[in-house]
Amino acid sequence: MEKTEKVPLQKVMIICSKAALEDVYAALVMANGAVMEGIETKVFFTFFGLDAITKKTMNKLHTATVGNPGMRMPGGLPFPTLLGGLPGVEAGVTKMMKKEMEKLDMPPVDEFLELIDAGGGEIYACKLAADMFKLKKEDFHETVKDIITVGDLYAMCDGPGVQIIFT
Amino acid sequence: MPTKSLAGVNIEVTEEGYMINSSDWSEDIAKEIAKEEGIELTDEHFKVLEFIRNKVANGETLTIRGINKSGVVDAKTFYKMFPGAPLKKATKIAGVAKPESCI
Repeated sequence: MEKTEKVPLQKVMIICSKAALEDVYAALVMANGAVMEGIETKVFFTFFGLDAITKKTMNKLHTATVGNPGMRMPGGLPFPTLLGGLPGVEAGVTKMMKKEMEKLDMPPVDEFLELIDAGGGEIYACKLAADMFKLKKEDFHETVKDIITVGDLYAMCDGPGVQIIFT
Repeated sequence: MPTKSLAGVNIEVTEEGYMINSSDWSEDIAKEIAKEEGIELTDEHFKVLEFIRNKVANGETLTIRGINKSGVVDAKTFYKMFPGAPLKKATKIAGVAKPESCI
């Protein structure tokens, strides 16, 4: 058998393209976890993912109650799609999710970004998406290092032991 | 379980080098573990280690957020004091179990 040498993970690029609470937190937990392990970490927010780093929207993310087959009622019964569309339901579900997350010491989005930044993780915004949504550097949270192109992103992913993770 | 000679005492440790009995811990042992991790302990380090030991003794979960809010040290300084994997290194030096937290 061929001998293969194990190369430890040295750098991760995590891409977040969605704005639902759980999609953003998946990216943030992965990024913060990588920073905690001493892995060089970069996070790239694009399309609706930009909501997570835009000052106006970052702490108002919602969890989707429609088109989310994973949704359950408390107790585990299926969550009727029609119910998810009623006014106030999405807000209520989101509030409950946030409460449960707080119990596990999961910080709000801005604080989470600050923790990642404190550990040396780098946060980037996608130029194409920022142009599309007419967002500028000053619209983004202060932890956002730069607005970059896809080419810049790939250039950052050089070297051995690098992974790109799309959430 | 493997044992390890630290500061002249035989200490039970896990495969990864975390102390099994937190009560075996002493400042001299901490200094020796820290040296292996490439860290020279200062008074500031010991304040953090004390906070961690108290948290664990109370059965609380350790997170980076909790360290940041501890009032002892902020996250940025914590990362600088225990470079690389700070929570893992700090708990190892503090003589407590490896943290099971994802955040």
